[in-house]
Formats: sequence, structure tokens, C-alpha cells
Amino acid sequence: MKVTARHHDGVTILELKGKITIGVGDVQLREAVTEALQAGAKNILLDLGAVTTVDSSGVGELVSTYTTVTNRGGKLKILNLPSRVADVLQITQLITVFEVFDNEAEALASF
Amino acid sequence: MYSERHEFHLSIGSRFENIDLVQVVLNDTLEALGVEEGERHRIDLAVREAVANAVKHGNAQDPDKKVHVDFGVEGGTVVIRVRDEGAGFDPQAVADPLDESQKLSPDGRGLLYMRRLMDEVTHMEHPAGGTEVMLKKRIASA
Repeated sequence: MKVTARHHDGVTILELKGKITIGVGDVQLREAVTEALQAGAKNILLDLGAVTTVDSSGVGELVSTYTTVTNRGGKLKILNLPSRVADVLQITQLITVFEVFDNEAEALASF
Repeated sequence: MYSERHEFHLSIGSRFENIDLVQVVLNDTLEALGVEEGERHRIDLAVREAVANAVKHGNAQDPDKKVHVDFGVEGGTVVIRVRDEGAGFDPQAVADPLDESQKLSPDGRGLLYMRRLMDEVTHMEHPAGGTEVMLKKRIASA
């Protein structure tokens, strides 16, 4: 998986590309979020538009990320949720946990 | 590895990186059977979960232990067997990830995904040792 970070009005946008799966992508997601938080980020927008596969470990990492950011007083939201990833979140009834946007400007304005 | 009858057997080392190897062979085989992309992805995800469980929980990532994957087609149903060389696994001991208390747990969802994505999921002790999970999915094209 490839992670690209950029910033806009106090929101760190992490663009993820590839697979968020066990032992590889999930670790990269955790490291990217940890790095952003250590750099002072509070609010994070995860752009999943180029994510091809998420397994249960990837889902677990998304949940951990959500919990970590929320517990620090920040917000974590999702941009561009592919239907396959939405299906995976739907099965475990997590789709309602995340605030999801398909328009970046609207997502950024919501923080 | 392949046969004209769309069967394969793989034995992989207990490393997460090897799951992608299984995925490539599985996807190619399902494509050759005419299984459409969405269905291939669902079967792939279920098998990923089974192999990941075998690597992580069954074999505890022991490099000396293998994960064995057998793929076949029986009467229009794909049958995938994933076996580890571990000490055994009790699926009843896994907490329900849909329970409110587990909802934000970082793990424990793999078995649910297997059951929701496949028609039938069965765990059993293998005569040669370890746990075998058998995944079945009816496909229109086989």
C-alpha cells in the first residue's frame, strides 16, 4: 500500500492506495496515522478511493485509528469509500461508525 | 500446480506476505472458471481470512510450519481447504464481533467474514494434525 499525506486548513488528508491487509497495509496505515499525530495532527481525513482490498485486519486498523483519533479529541472521517470496502464495513455493522463523504470540499468543511 | 480440472495445491511458509501468492493463483483459477469479478473478490477475501488465521493463530508465524491450501470444484461448487500445523482452534471460543461490546474491537472479525462471504464454512481437526477450515461456494459458471 502507498500512503500520501497532505494538509488543508488543519486537516491531514491521507490518501491510501492499494491493499489494507494483514501484516503489510494495516501496519502502514498505523504508521502513517501515528506519524501524523506525532506531527501535531488532530483531524484526519482518510481518502480510500484507490483502496482495492480491505481484510479484517485492515478493518481492525481503521477502527483502532478511529478510536485513537477520537480519544485524543480529534475527528477521523472517510473520503471516497469504494463499494467493495463499504460492503466489508457493512458486514460487520461498522458502516455507521464512520462519517463518509464523496466530495473532498464537503468533507473538509465538516471538521 | 494447475491442472485442466482447475485444481491446485499450495504449501506456503507462515508469512503474511505469502497470502498474496495464494490470492494470485486463486484469482487466476476462478477467472479461468468464468467466475465474475465481484464473486472472485468475495471468495478471495474469505480465503485471505482463512490463510491469515492459519498463519497468525494456527502456526503462530512459526517459519518451520506450513499452511496448506487445496482448491477444487465439486458439482458446481468451489471447495477450498486451508490447513495449518498448529495446536487446534475452537471457533466457538471466538467472541461475536457484532455484539455491542465488541463493535470497536481491533480484531475478531475474520470468521464472520468467512461465514458471510461463503455458503459453508467448516472447521475440523485434520488427521495429520492442525486445523483445517473448508470453505464452499456455489458458482454459476462451474
